[in-house]
Amino acid sequence: MKLAYEKPVINKLRSGLMNKFGWSPAYARKVRTNIDGVSIDDLVERYGSPLFVYSERTARQRYRQMYNAFSTRYPNVQFGWSYKTNYLQAVCALMHQEGAIAEVVSAMEYDKARALGMPGDQIIFNGPHKPYAALEKAVSEGAVINIDHLDEIVDLETIAKKLGRTVHVGMRLNLDAGIYPQWSRFGFNLESGQALDAVKRMASGGKLKLNGLHCHIGTFIMDPQAYAREVEKMVKFGYEIEDAFGFGMEYLDIGGGFPSQSRLKGVYLPPEVAIPNIDEYAETITTALSHALKPGDFPKLIIESGRALIDEAGYLVTTVVATKRLVDGTRAYVADAGVNLLFTAFWYKFNVELDREAGGVNETSVIYGPLCMNIDAIDEGIQLPPLKRGARLIFSPVGAYNNTQWLQFIEYRPNVVLVTTNGEVEVIREAEDLSDIQRRERLPKHLELLKKA
Amino acid sequence: MRTLSQLALSDEGFVFDPNTGDSFQVSATGLFLLQALKDGRGDDEAAQLLTEKYEVTLEEARRDCADFRSRLRNLNLA
Ligand SMILES: Cc1ncc(COP(=O)(O)O)c(C=O)c1O
Repeated sequence: MKLAYEKPVINKLRSGLMNKFGWSPAYARKVRTNIDGVSIDDLVERYGSPLFVYSERTARQRYRQMYNAFSTRYPNVQFGWSYKTNYLQAVCALMHQEGAIAEVVSAMEYDKARALGMPGDQIIFNGPHKPYAALEKAVSEGAVINIDHLDEIVDLETIAKKLGRTVHVGMRLNLDAGIYPQWSRFGFNLESGQALDAVKRMASGGKLKLNGLHCHIGTFIMDPQAYAREVEKMVKFGYEIEDAFGFGMEYLDIGGGFPSQSRLKGVYLPPEVAIPNIDEYAETITTALSHALKPGDFPKLIIESGRALIDEAGYLVTTVVATKRLVDGTRAYVADAGVNLLFTAFWYKFNVELDREAGGVNETSVIYGPLCMNIDAIDEGIQLPPLKRGARLIFSPVGAYNNTQWLQFIEYRPNVVLVTTNGEVEVIREAEDLSDIQRRERLPKHLELLKKA
Repeated sequence: MRTLSQLALSDEGFVFDPNTGDSFQVSATGLFLLQALKDGRGDDEAAQLLTEKYEVTLEEARRDCADFRSRLRNLNLA
């Protein structure tokens, strides 16, 4: 009987590699054989590799957990699903089923929400680019509009005049919540008086009625206190303008930015340790609210969380297509997915799991993607046992921003499937073929190489 | 090859290089290969030996031997 084979590995020992409990990182590995009970093998066999896989169960759990964290502490809570985080229809529909309205930042996203069946008054329209026609449509359909700049005030006044009625609007603020970098390019600055000037401008125009304040202080905010500072400043400003102009604030939209269990590059601590629990955020925010608000005043608290709701629900299954040894001795793997599909690889260090146990001592390895581009590395310095061609690597969490920011670059984009709560697998976006990529192109007659039959 | 022949190997997969004082850890197959190379076998012969003892094709064993050899070079062991 021959012995089971594992690839030969030799590693230099450094003191400290073996800890005193006898656990050796040289043999530590993470294995995931299935997603919600559906085996990785089965998934790849049926839908190919690479493959994005979403867990409906996780997405719904995350939503409920976060919504409950806020709604059990404050009586008037509304979530707005941030389309840019993931606008696959199935994902948006799932969030809407859970009770979120839509939060969009472009004409395209607005159209998407409408096409999915969201009425205008269930859409929050944010962002610095609201083309006039889209803005007019959104206003006439009753959308919540959060103004980004003075030119938009002009547009909205024109629209109000045309419709012959006052238009209710919210405005986006930017403020110092102790977060660096401060996102000062969106909305009106609070501390400098810019925001107050804009309100004066709206009051004097007489066509717009300000009824809400919006702010989004950044993304992946690890400090709950930053939200407390945001909320205090928003409430204070709201009462100031109510006193001065009679505009009552019906909602406070505090944006998103809550972290997922992902690991920012350069952060040493694992996410379970580094990232505060969602209840801490909810507690800090609602406590700050109750201190700042007048007794009995409960404006709608709108939360536009994106990443924290969907990131953990998404996985990318990839396959090793080649193994290499770099000149400096580092082990390298070429995977069939890279930064073309994992745009967030530039900022995050993913959790990488094998789909089965693999023998052998870990080596410091690099995982490259399939692109013929030097930037295409998804992990540099990961500890992996020696892998064979065909081995599968599962990356997570990848549900936020990858299926919107992915690139149609060099490669086709693969299937995206959803494992439903009752364990079925549904394709929610089909793999592309050449027709998807060329459908909008026109080849001028004199450049045609093939004679049409 | 001078270094290779001087390496001290333990059955548990620890390797000591008396020239530098460095220690290494090898997998079972790594140890087997290292022993073969230390005994003066060529890559082809070492690969053949691997296939006799382990569940592996000659093609894969050849590739892994070449890779292991380049790894030894990187570690200044060959
Ligand atoms: C206005 C606005 N709301 C919500 C979000 C969602 O942010 P996150 O995914 O960090 O929760 C963003 C993201 O940039 C945003 O710009």
